[in-house]
Amino acid sequence: MVFEEEDLKKIGKRAKEWESSTLKKVLEKVPESKQTFATISGIPIKRVYTPTDIAKMDYAEDLGFPGEFPYVRNIYPTGYRGRLWTMRQYAGFGSAEDTNARYRFLLSQGQTGLSVAFDLPTQLGYDSDDIRALGEVGKVGVSINSLEDMEILFNDIPLDKVSTSMTINAPAAVLLAMYILIGEKQNVTADKLTGTIQNDLFKEYIARGNYIFPPKPSISIAADILEYCGEFMPKWNSISISGYHMREAGANATQELAFTLASGMAYVEAALQRKLNIDEFAPRLSFFFNSHNDFFEEISKFRAARRIWARIMKEKYGAKNPASWMLRFHTQTAGSSLTAAQPENNIVRTTIQALAAVLGGTQSLHTNSMDEAYALPTQKAVCISLRTQQIIAYESGVTNTIDPLAGSYFIEALTNELEERAMKYIGTIEALGRGDWKMLSGMIKGIDTGFFQREIADASYMYQKEVERKERVVVGVNQFTEDEKRPIETLKIDETVQKMQIARLKKLRLKRDNKKVEETLDELTKVAQREGNLMYPILECVKCYATVGEICNVLRSIYGEYREKAIF
Amino acid sequence: MFFVQYMVNTGRKQYFEMNKMGAKKIRILMAKPGLDGHDRGIKIVSRALRDSGMEVIYTGLHQTPEQIVEAAVQKDVDAIGLSILSGAHTTLFPKIMELLNEKRVDVIVFAGGIIPDEDVPALKNIKITEIFGPGTNTEDIVKFVNYATLKGLRVPLHRLSA
Repeated sequence: MVFEEEDLKKIGKRAKEWESSTLKKVLEKVPESKQTFATISGIPIKRVYTPTDIAKMDYAEDLGFPGEFPYVRNIYPTGYRGRLWTMRQYAGFGSAEDTNARYRFLLSQGQTGLSVAFDLPTQLGYDSDDIRALGEVGKVGVSINSLEDMEILFNDIPLDKVSTSMTINAPAAVLLAMYILIGEKQNVTADKLTGTIQNDLFKEYIARGNYIFPPKPSISIAADILEYCGEFMPKWNSISISGYHMREAGANATQELAFTLASGMAYVEAALQRKLNIDEFAPRLSFFFNSHNDFFEEISKFRAARRIWARIMKEKYGAKNPASWMLRFHTQTAGSSLTAAQPENNIVRTTIQALAAVLGGTQSLHTNSMDEAYALPTQKAVCISLRTQQIIAYESGVTNTIDPLAGSYFIEALTNELEERAMKYIGTIEALGRGDWKMLSGMIKGIDTGFFQREIADASYMYQKEVERKERVVVGVNQFTEDEKRPIETLKIDETVQKMQIARLKKLRLKRDNKKVEETLDELTKVAQREGNLMYPILECVKCYATVGEICNVLRSIYGEYREKAIF
Repeated sequence: MFFVQYMVNTGRKQYFEMNKMGAKKIRILMAKPGLDGHDRGIKIVSRALRDSGMEVIYTGLHQTPEQIVEAAVQKDVDAIGLSILSGAHTTLFPKIMELLNEKRVDVIVFAGGIIPDEDVPALKNIKITEIFGPGTNTEDIVKFVNYATLKGLRVPLHRLSA
């Protein structure tokens, strides 16, 4: 216990006295602005917190020390004193040439890692010349059809010095294969590559919408990647289990926390089902969270996430390697909190959200740019958001000590509350499951029945209504508005990218060894039919310049395509 | 919002009274063209329209222009709401309007998403009646759909008031 029973009694007694004297007098004269106060997620907040709110806590067991179980305070014993978080701006647009130039600019400005945004056709497994790619090529990310584009994308970027995160899911195996081959060409073997492949399909069905195949084969391909990375890529994060997009879709902090960790548990079970050794794959699992507006709630969420994961991995799944217990995560500030009105205000919002992520102990961070309610960010806007991180890192002093808010009665109480609420949700999901692997089957059942989608749609609608009733103030939108709209400069995507990409594809199909392409695609079909690990045949396909579309079409013909239930 | 002002000028009260007298239920197709997966906005707007008493059909993600136009014909809708946040609006919205014209489908089309201001005039020129950006109040969209379907607005409001 943090406090002696005797002390707690005294504090409780003093609190009552304070309420009936000091507080009461003031409340009679000046009532508070609202009847109830709550976090954005609806967790009630008390007027003041005291040791009595964390009376049941045990310091050693519930908090511990940085670098030790249950890792609430930090996963590293030296926190940011040893190494700052990785400043990693998600970027990609137009052609591989355009994006390569942006990467080199970001690296020259002090960014410490790359994060690749792929365009939608790439993410959905269509080549640039597919009818479904119409109007989408190069729009929200870089267009990658084959290894050839990837070679251009990483031209003059040394893969032994830069770590790369790739936001790619349904065709993750294809893009990972390309990255491995680029490494080989630079004489950097797979075991030396550092970075992350997102490879998280659950959140695609729940919130992000970039799925191709139905859940079962999708999760199986994700597990192929876990298996392959476990064997050959010890420094590579084989998955980034993401709550970010659920939050963007409207989930609250509790749902984000619970659904993400539940997904994590389901992937663990998918790997265990294949008889993989937990302490071989679990250390390479990584997470991705949102940092939203409610400052203390977000900090508490990150702290709670580390504790829940550590306990689950150790106690439920019996992992023995401490690295398996550690929840490492990337954070992105909340895109959905950005406003089109008075866009400069977004710099301030992003700063507060970024600070919450840092105080919550994130391993890497993306800060959004002020103009993203209009378009992809301009170079100038991206630069400001990178500078925001640098100011927090180098000027604010918050990195000097580890987990500085620990011991705050409020933060600890809120961390406990979030843990409790998340565990309740996880229990609900587990109860949906059947058989030996209840979290895995529970997640799939939840998606099939629309459980997650409905939960998120309800939370998102409630939030919107609160804003519209002005119960929630959004500066510049429902209060402190301005009549005049401030013009803002936005990034223009070159509309000729699609034509260019189609021309490059045509040339590629003429010059590559098409017989070999066919052979490797046939082999892929065979391996998929006998449910083997797809990483191996996909590496062979990619090596002879088979395209993302060709490879995904083979798999489409075997697995079919997923159609969502449109729930609103 | 411009159309709200416009409604004030043209007697909003009168319109709401007319609506109360019980015209047929307005039927709306809400659609996500292209490959974009952002559906928070369209789901919120769909629910707000449904809550206001309209019949709302939401297509779900990844619809081709052909599928959307086909659904509009099949369901005989009064209006189509389109949402794109990927930047593909410059290609896909004109394609949808072209198909609607070809098939002589006479419906009101409105849109939302991440659409830069400078793209708006071109979209209004192809007869998308209104574009709703981030931060729009759902009540405004409900009022718009009520008003536009009643008046049969097929052209941008700014042209009517000019």
